[in-house]
Amino acid sequence: MRLNRFFYLLGQGVKNIFTHGFMSFASVTIIIACLLIMGCFSLLTMNIDTMIDEMQNQNKVIAYVDETLSEDEARALEDKILAVDNVESAEFVTREEAMDNFESDYDDNVFENIDPTVFRHRFVITLSDISLMKQTQAELRKVDSIASVTAHLDYAKKFVTFRNIVSVVSVVLVVILIVVSLFIMTNTIKLATFGRKEEIAIMKMVGATNAFIRLPFVIEGLVLGALGGGIAYLLMWGLYELLTERVMTTMASGIITIIPFYTVALPVLCVFLGVGILVGVIGGTTAIRNYLKV
Amino acid sequence: MVQMNDVRMVYDNTSAVALDGVDFTINEGEFVFLVGPSGSGKTTIIKLINGEVAPTSGAISVNGFDMTAIRRRRLPKLRRTLGVIFQDFRLIDKMTVYENVAFAMRVVGASGRDIRARVPQVLELVGLEGREKRFPAELSGGEQQRVAIARALVNNPRMIIADEPTGNLDPVRSLDLMLLLEKINELGTTVLVVTHEKELVNAFSKRVIAIDSGRIINDGMDGYYGYETE
Ligand SMILES: Nc1ncnc2c1ncn2[C@@H]1O[C@H](COP(=O)(O)OP(=O)(O)OP(=O)(O)O)[C@@H](O)[C@H]1O
Ligand SMILES: [Mg+2]
Repeated sequence: MRLNRFFYLLGQGVKNIFTHGFMSFASVTIIIACLLIMGCFSLLTMNIDTMIDEMQNQNKVIAYVDETLSEDEARALEDKILAVDNVESAEFVTREEAMDNFESDYDDNVFENIDPTVFRHRFVITLSDISLMKQTQAELRKVDSIASVTAHLDYAKKFVTFRNIVSVVSVVLVVILIVVSLFIMTNTIKLATFGRKEEIAIMKMVGATNAFIRLPFVIEGLVLGALGGGIAYLLMWGLYELLTERVMTTMASGIITIIPFYTVALPVLCVFLGVGILVGVIGGTTAIRNYLKV
Repeated sequence: MVQMNDVRMVYDNTSAVALDGVDFTINEGEFVFLVGPSGSGKTTIIKLINGEVAPTSGAISVNGFDMTAIRRRRLPKLRRTLGVIFQDFRLIDKMTVYENVAFAMRVVGASGRDIRARVPQVLELVGLEGREKRFPAELSGGEQQRVAIARALVNNPRMIIADEPTGNLDPVRSLDLMLLLEKINELGTTVLVVTHEKELVNAFSKRVIAIDSGRIINDGMDGYYGYETE
């Protein structure tokens, strides 16, 4: 009898670990997936925001000169440009210089011997008040023989649209994933409550508080959630470093600045652990809610 | 102390009238039998006392708690003043005798030291010394009953309520059990025993509340009343 009971309990225990173990694994995995997606999108948004900021803070516009003008004629435009409101200074750059800059930017032989005529003479204009950039740009365009005027701000606008799309997509995804995580977490912990309905009813009859009864299940959720949060953080870190390295070795490295991971490490860790623990604790609480109505 | 004033109880799901205007008071330190036929509302009275269900109308006060206004959050406090022994024992199969009793103390936040001191004491009182490490399935019906009593007693409740505690016992064991409950009563605990057994009730000269179809039909010291059992 004794031995039978022992083997029975052992068998049941092993079985539980496997069924329950699989569900535990599933709930931790889904939390990790949720957090990783959340992290990727937030970090992407943060990086875009930083870039937008940087662009917007550059108070420079480039005015391209009509290509029919000779270098001297082009140079002569400087006075007219300086006469425009809000222009602090203007630096003339010849098409040859522009090409040199371009080539050195790319540090490569690909662009060697390009015909300098594809570049235009230009003025790099510094503004005194960045908030008037739009008006100044328009006025500069009115100057004779100025073909076009571009500002980094124009690129910034495109980035803002992109950023907004990323934000919306990430919010929707995160909400869906959190709901799924909660569902799986609740069902995982429900497994631990099976066969304990009677026990819980007895606890209530002898005067146990709901908090006391909930505690083991909430702890189970907390551990699973914290585990998911921790693993997701490590994966996020690795992924971020990997992507940073990839981006930095491409051509884009000159244009794109990436926030180093250490500056966001702590908030990311806190949010990941927080969300993981929250999902776990809510899951644990929901799992036994029905058992407490005695 | 339990006080019921004009208590009506209609279960929502069946709309069966379980209690129809019940009035009684059980004072501190009393020993009371509650008798009546099956379905007369005895278990319903117990459920109302420990707050498992709320009355449809009427007023109930238990150990100073107003049961018609009690908040769910306060129920554990009330229940700690009561020790309920259920007809079907309600022991936890996977716990030993000792654990079944100790568990009731742990649940209310007793320290390990208090538990180790108190549990053997109570097990001895109910005559279960030497059975501590057994599981419920390894005990006789009477022994299981004693575990349930030990668990009800362990937190020193002000009142013990037993729902048909002798249902599964032979007459000798039933008498033993009643003597035990009488001893507990003499130690100062209020006792309410629900039973069908006429002989047992008549073997003690205690107050008997008789109930039928949700109404009290007799309340006094004149022994078993009403409905006859074989
Ligand atoms: N949970 C419930 N839901 C609906 N009706 C119930 C419920 N419990 C009891 N009743 C009804 O209330 C009435 C009283 O039941 P109660 O359990 O109080 O009787 P009792 O006196 O304890 O009977 P017994 O001696 O058989 O235990 C019965 O008619 C029963 O059918
Ligand atoms: Mg009953």
